[in-house]
Amino acid sequence: MSVLVDISHRLGEFAIDARFESAGRLTALFGPSGSGKTTLINMIAGLIRPDKGRIAVDGRVLVDTSAGIFVPKHKRRIGMVFQDARLFPHMSVAGNLRYGRWFAPAAERYANMDAVVDLLGIGHLLDRRPAKLSGGEKQRVAIGRALLASPKLLLMDEPLASLDDARKAEILPYIERLRDETKLPIVYVSHSVAEVARLASDVVVMAQGKVAASGPTGAIMQRLDLLPAEERGEGGAVLDTKVLRHDEAFGMSVLGSAAGEIRVPRLAISVGAPVRIRIRARDVMVATEQPTGLSALNILPGIIVAVSPGEGPTVEVGIDCNGATVLARITEQSRHALSLQLGSKVFAVVKTVSFDRANTAAGLPAEAHG
Amino acid sequence: MNWLLDLTPDEWNAVRLSIKVATVAMLFSLPPGIAIALLLARGKFWGKTLLNGVVHLPLILPPVVTGYLLLLTFGRRGPAGAFLAEHFGIVFSFRWTGAALACGIMGFPLMVRAIRLSIEAVDRKMEAAAGTLGANPLFVFATITLPLILPGLIAGSILSFAKAMGEFGATITFVSNIPNETQTLPSAIYTFTQVPGGDDGALRLTLISIVISMAALVASEVLARRVGRRMDIE
Repeated sequence: MSVLVDISHRLGEFAIDARFESAGRLTALFGPSGSGKTTLINMIAGLIRPDKGRIAVDGRVLVDTSAGIFVPKHKRRIGMVFQDARLFPHMSVAGNLRYGRWFAPAAERYANMDAVVDLLGIGHLLDRRPAKLSGGEKQRVAIGRALLASPKLLLMDEPLASLDDARKAEILPYIERLRDETKLPIVYVSHSVAEVARLASDVVVMAQGKVAASGPTGAIMQRLDLLPAEERGEGGAVLDTKVLRHDEAFGMSVLGSAAGEIRVPRLAISVGAPVRIRIRARDVMVATEQPTGLSALNILPGIIVAVSPGEGPTVEVGIDCNGATVLARITEQSRHALSLQLGSKVFAVVKTVSFDRANTAAGLPAEAHG
Repeated sequence: MNWLLDLTPDEWNAVRLSIKVATVAMLFSLPPGIAIALLLARGKFWGKTLLNGVVHLPLILPPVVTGYLLLLTFGRRGPAGAFLAEHFGIVFSFRWTGAALACGIMGFPLMVRAIRLSIEAVDRKMEAAAGTLGANPLFVFATITLPLILPGLIAGSILSFAKAMGEFGATITFVSNIPNETQTLPSAIYTFTQVPGGDDGALRLTLISIVISMAALVASEVLARRVGRRMDIE
């Protein structure tokens, strides 16, 4: 499964000139608002016709301006979940869900009503009207509606952007299940580091209509310079780990990672399950000796492999902890005082309480990267 | 009450004929009304302003002028009238069908306006969403656009019906005032006012006119409210 996009397009003053190819299970199109990511996804869906270029999904050419190919949206078999849900107001939830069911050829109809309703937990809503649903419920129904059309690719355009934090937390697990329990590839537009770090297997970073970088989530999230200024504080290392054991006495879970054991607040998943954690650079302290008499529980030994200037008086330090890179944001003054430089042996210190719900999530199964 | 309902056969015929003419005019206006409203709301083509003007002509011309133009084109010897009579056996002049045609045309701009407004209010993003689910444009129109403009269709239909019930000038010019054939309520009332001792009949038919028009208005309100509740648009 792969998505290839190579287009150039003009919208008044704004020019988009983007090329990327992704075979990931969930590819995030990430960038600040106005970077062109929604335009790009609309082109994949067939809602906007690019001036020039090619779009192919799984080898099937959907757009090729030089060959005069433009497959209309209703023949693309690409599901789309919009930021504003766009449920049909004159149909019940069940009517909305059933709408796309019969358009796919019988042999390619894989979605099953009961399974989708169950996956998204919307069984109790079927008889309701869209206007009577909460924002989170609407978005789940919209996801179900897109799935039931048996698409070959699912596009999600900032599906959480219009929801408050509680509603986001309500939907994120469903998107994780969708990613892990179906074989459907997903392209997910977002401007939130938290969402991308949690959900994506691959990331395409957009800036001013161009692709600034693309690659596996872990590698991209290290590059704090790629993050929009207002999201920089959210940046940091993304590690895929496993639950080793639970510490019931203190209400904690112990995760195994390449960097060593990491203690986080108790997770409601079983031992052995994959967990993805995000360690924000601003939450990491650096010590030159093994600290003692310190409340922080996670002390990871490593070697400094990168030092780059950050915003204002800060520097960003990359610490290779046995193959896993942890990022730390410290002041230039501290770096100077500790005389930190490439090759220095240090300890990365992370408080257990800095892992809140948004920073730990069901991890991607190992084969998630395409 | 007896006095009100004690109508002569000719008067009853006028009532029945008016309802028939107005209903036929409304129903036959609906498909072209939707098509023209769609064109005006969404079409981008040369001559759109001209089309808009032509559609609105019956609203601004004196009804007698519209009637006379109909007589010229759809009369026995008019180009359209002769063609339709020869090939399809449809005759408009001095028939109730002609009255329906005149009424339909007079009410057409009102109907198109109402439908056009409701089409312009439709969120086109809904149609795009239906498209991504696999529905072709025709299916999208039938399952998304039409249901969403239902309130506009009801309003436009009632306006057309009410206009037809009251149409006088174009009808009498085009198809005259023949009892049992083209004598609608307004023509019958007019006839009563022209003869000595016709006041009673004129008053009776006037009251009946008011009752029918009010009933149509109330029916449309009830329908529109029911559609609105069913849709529950935020």
